[in-house]
Amino acid sequence: MSAQAFLSIQHVDKAFSRGGVTNEVLKDVSLDVHEGEYISIIGHSGCGKSTLLNIVAGLTGVTKGVVFLEGKVVDEPGPDRAVVFQNHSLLPWLTAYENVALAVDKVFAKTKSKAERHEWTMRQIELVNMAHAKDRRPSEISGGMKQRIGIARALAMQPKVLLLDEPFGALDALTRTHLQDQVMQIQAELKNTVLMITHDVDEAVLLSDRIVMMTNGPSARIGEVLSVPLERPRKRLELVSDRTYIAARAAVLKFLYERHRFVEAA
Amino acid sequence: MSAPVLKLDDARATKAAPAAEVVAFRAPKAPSPIAKRARRVFDWAATTLIPPLVVLALLLLFWELICSRPGSALPPPSQVVTDTWELIVDPFYDRGGLDKGLFWHLLASLQRVAVGYAIAVVVGVALGVLVGQSTWAMRGLDPIFQILRTVPPLAWLPLSLAAFRDGQPSAIFVIFITSVWPIIINTAVGIRNIPTDYSNVAKVIRLNGFEYFTKIMIPAAAPYIFTGLRIGVGLSWLAIVAAEMLIGGVGIGFFIWDAWNSSNISDIILALVYVGVVGFILDRIVAFIANAVTRGTATA
Ligand SMILES: Nc1ncnc2c1ncn2[C@@H]1O[C@H](COP(=O)(O)OP(=O)(O)OP(=O)(O)O)[C@@H](O)[C@H]1O
Ligand SMILES: [Mg+2]
Repeated sequence: MSAQAFLSIQHVDKAFSRGGVTNEVLKDVSLDVHEGEYISIIGHSGCGKSTLLNIVAGLTGVTKGVVFLEGKVVDEPGPDRAVVFQNHSLLPWLTAYENVALAVDKVFAKTKSKAERHEWTMRQIELVNMAHAKDRRPSEISGGMKQRIGIARALAMQPKVLLLDEPFGALDALTRTHLQDQVMQIQAELKNTVLMITHDVDEAVLLSDRIVMMTNGPSARIGEVLSVPLERPRKRLELVSDRTYIAARAAVLKFLYERHRFVEAA
Repeated sequence: MSAPVLKLDDARATKAAPAAEVVAFRAPKAPSPIAKRARRVFDWAATTLIPPLVVLALLLLFWELICSRPGSALPPPSQVVTDTWELIVDPFYDRGGLDKGLFWHLLASLQRVAVGYAIAVVVGVALGVLVGQSTWAMRGLDPIFQILRTVPPLAWLPLSLAAFRDGQPSAIFVIFITSVWPIIINTAVGIRNIPTDYSNVAKVIRLNGFEYFTKIMIPAAAPYIFTGLRIGVGLSWLAIVAAEMLIGGVGIGFFIWDAWNSSNISDIILALVYVGVVGFILDRIVAFIANAVTRGTATA
């Protein structure tokens, strides 16, 4: 394992203990991510995907092991690892604009002037096509729109790594398709390094450079890592009949439903 | 006439039965803004104003009937109005000493409530944040709060009179101690219920303690805090009337006690009406502020 990798997760164990009962969630998880790479993490519900993401975010501590970002140990949360949470987590008392501005004003308090910060905030909102609804509150916009604002807020921090926890999980198929295309476009433009959790095999294959497949918990590990050597930009309609795409899709499905079928934890 | 409007009229007609005829009559005309507004006022009157007024009239009639018999201990409403006519028409007179119009008595009581309640709001929210945020503060303070909050307001009065040696600060203290508990407890619950997602967002963008307090904690807990504030204002109005009966001086509580001592039952009844109306208004004011401040948050 080279320490040179952009983001390096090294031999991470995570156990939660409460009242003497220890619940081993992750066991010896290691992963190297290059700059600009798009990684998907896929696995059955409850296997510890969010836990892994939170460890990279610095929101959860490790039991053993270490995470490096650009050679520095990750031990606390920060805007260089922006998170889009599983359930959007916009602040309901702020408008869409204010939600993004809260992050922008804090992260760029010293480096940008007030006017620049406003412009930057607006640019992020425009990037996710939400300018028309910027003055509405989360309760007044749809789930897809909330998720887009969540993405805008994360992008606005100019993170080194963008962490997405099932960003499209709660959306209907049409909105999801649309947002996936948008995220692909944004990533092509900004070349972010992305770590995305998903349940959706097609989404994983379509968006990722590599797919990390996790075994079932407890003590989940990385079972397999699959490279997706598809050209970008990717067009979903053309890919439907693409051989590499079909093979990758089959490999993930096989992993999830044949080798590591979901067993209801006792 | 288009179909949707007709449907709307139908709905109105079934909702406010007595208004059905009027609505049907208006339907053919295109509703002008003024007509629409008038109709809204009319609907409001039909649904929220008329029913309580009807019930009130019935109650007054009932009261008049039982208390009009000779030998009745309480005066009927008609008697109350004639007895207290002077107080009703001129609430602002001031003949010096305690001989003042009801306005001045209410004002004095409201001032005490304002001071005591304001202190309770500041202290209550501060302690609530402390208890809500720190597990140790909660473990240490919560049981004590749970016991102290059950002490009836008036039981504090002798103690505070002994401590302050004066009626005015004692009354204010009683207001404070009565209204502070629901504010503390509701604030603490609100703080404890802040979703982890919100604090995670704050951690990722690295808000400092003060920013977290003003930008996340207070707005997130606002619906709970305002529930406490609303209960608190009601309790403080309950307490002031009782406390003033004992400490004397200008104030609506003392006015009632004084009336009782001079056997002016009608004055007492009039004062009770004022107390009720003022309490209601206080509650509405806090509810209104709560609505304005927490708009959008409550439905999160
Ligand atoms: N704070 C915590 N305390 C105790 N146990 C926890 C905590 N967070 C997660 N767990 C446990 O860790 C395991 C993995 O949870 P995690 O949320 O990471 O799963 P996940 O893979 O993200 O699932 P999903 O796909 O449903 O989101 C679960 O068994 C969960 O009960
Ligand atoms: Mg999860």
